[in-house]
Amino acid sequence: MNIRSHFTYRKAVDRIVRGLCLLAALLALVPLFSVLYYVTARGLGGISFEFFTELPTPVGEEHGGVANAITGTLTLVGLACLFGIPPGVLAGVYLSQFGHTRLGKIVRFSADVMSGVPSVTIGIFVYSLLVVRTKQFSAYAGGLALAVIMLPTVTRTTEELLKLVPEALREAALGLGVPQWRTTLSVMLRTAAPGVATGIMLAVARVAGETAPLLFTSFSNRFWPGGLDEPTASLPVQIYTYAVSPYEDWHSQAWAAALVLVALVLTLNVAARVLVRHRVR
Amino acid sequence: MMRQSIWPTPERPPLVPGRFRGDTHRGDRVFSWITAASASIVILTVLAMTGQMLASSWLSLETFHWSFITSLEWNPVTEQFGALPFIFGTIVSSTVALALAVPVSFGVALFLSELAPEWLRNPFGFLVELLAAVPSVVYGLWGIFALAPLMRETVEPALRASLGFLPLFSGPNQGYGMLTASVVLAIMITPTIASVSREVLRAVPRAYREAALGLGATQWEAIRTGVFPVARSGLVGAVVLGLGRALGETMAVTMLIGNRADISASLFAPGYTMASVIANEFTEATEDLYLSALAEIGLLLFIITVLLNIFARFLVWRVGRQGGA
Repeated sequence: MNIRSHFTYRKAVDRIVRGLCLLAALLALVPLFSVLYYVTARGLGGISFEFFTELPTPVGEEHGGVANAITGTLTLVGLACLFGIPPGVLAGVYLSQFGHTRLGKIVRFSADVMSGVPSVTIGIFVYSLLVVRTKQFSAYAGGLALAVIMLPTVTRTTEELLKLVPEALREAALGLGVPQWRTTLSVMLRTAAPGVATGIMLAVARVAGETAPLLFTSFSNRFWPGGLDEPTASLPVQIYTYAVSPYEDWHSQAWAAALVLVALVLTLNVAARVLVRHRVR
Repeated sequence: MMRQSIWPTPERPPLVPGRFRGDTHRGDRVFSWITAASASIVILTVLAMTGQMLASSWLSLETFHWSFITSLEWNPVTEQFGALPFIFGTIVSSTVALALAVPVSFGVALFLSELAPEWLRNPFGFLVELLAAVPSVVYGLWGIFALAPLMRETVEPALRASLGFLPLFSGPNQGYGMLTASVVLAIMITPTIASVSREVLRAVPRAYREAALGLGATQWEAIRTGVFPVARSGLVGAVVLGLGRALGETMAVTMLIGNRADISASLFAPGYTMASVIANEFTEATEDLYLSALAEIGLLLFIITVLLNIFARFLVWRVGRQGGA
């Protein structure tokens, strides 16, 4: 092969590889748009006023809704935030200050280990820990399972963002005689707040769609739960139940519920994105 | 994927070593206790999880020993529990998913880190992240009504026509089965592999590319000779992280794999995975031994994914150090 044709060959290979990369990038997005299209096209039809205000109805009866599943998901996510965010943020603070100590290293390692555990395993864990002991599926158990899923993300995000706060800010506060705990809370954490909030929103978005751990912690409920210690319906579990059922009208309810859930999750993601951009400017 | 850098920011040196714990201010002491206690919660949770999973599986571990992972029989009525069909299903579906996802993910990562124009990188990266944000159960729903019919009517007949002589692509196809589940798994792990690979590629110093380009290499040659050798272990790490995710993925797979505890050579045939048998049967199980057997499957998943994650993080971390990121 002479030099000229070899050069042409090399350029051709380069072009082919670049073309394949572009193709891969486009291909990867096809499912996203397909999912969004299907969820919107099939879900919109099922959305009505009753969908948000009524309880699920048995097969064949019209005008059912998923009101209890919507409030159920909000309850579960709320409990997860309550159980997961305070220890997560404080553990992140600890790591940013004492990450170099032995305890710090173990904590960081544990958080990384936890973030890789399948959510279905966390479901079994909370089931054995709580549901077996209380002999009842409950919103508490579901919230706890979701909190366990959130905890490592919140911890590590808080740590990373606190470390990004300029050292000079801390020195300035300490130099003014502000105690270290005030410095950490009012200066460091405050400066990092938008970033931490972003991390928390992404974690919330993730757990809002979790299904597997809820199957055996909060279970499901066709009615309004009588309290936080009773089985609680949630959007993801409701979608699952409807989707695998053989009934046409339940399928359309599943799509409508999926539309609500996807809208919730995407809104959180986009909001988190906007928040970060705002901070960078 | 959470938008969190995969490499930790360098440690912040304590201003005055030990000052935080010192006796100068009572508030500082109390605050340091509170944060340390919170940090311990993370450790305690992992320990509690390990302990509880072991305790819940104990009955099954004692009854079946090693035959649990070598026996094919899963029969709640006779209380014979062998997890091999599920282990098989998990391995096959994850492997096929990786085979489909890895080329695409690397393409996406290269596109985002090397080829795409600067203005496109962030928005495009965001869309790839959204792919990871869609809940598993929604993928399952979409799989049942959009993907499974497509597989049944178009993809699987085409595969049979062209590659039907292989046992992999023969037998009846209903759209629900190993292959369909693997496709959905591939979609779900692509963002994980792509975003970690992208970070890994970014960590390779610019100078390596410039050196190759300066010698007259084309862009692809610069990537192949200058970037890949440095990034290799990190890219493997990205794949292992994706594998860890695929093994534990539950809902979408449960809704699409057909849920039959058979071992079949055909990818069209229905199967069952470790995660989906837990999702399907855990609430129905009433006997202690049955519950314990399901918990043991959970324990196995737990151990495997934890080990994979530690291994993957080690690989990725190595590139970060080498590349000076």
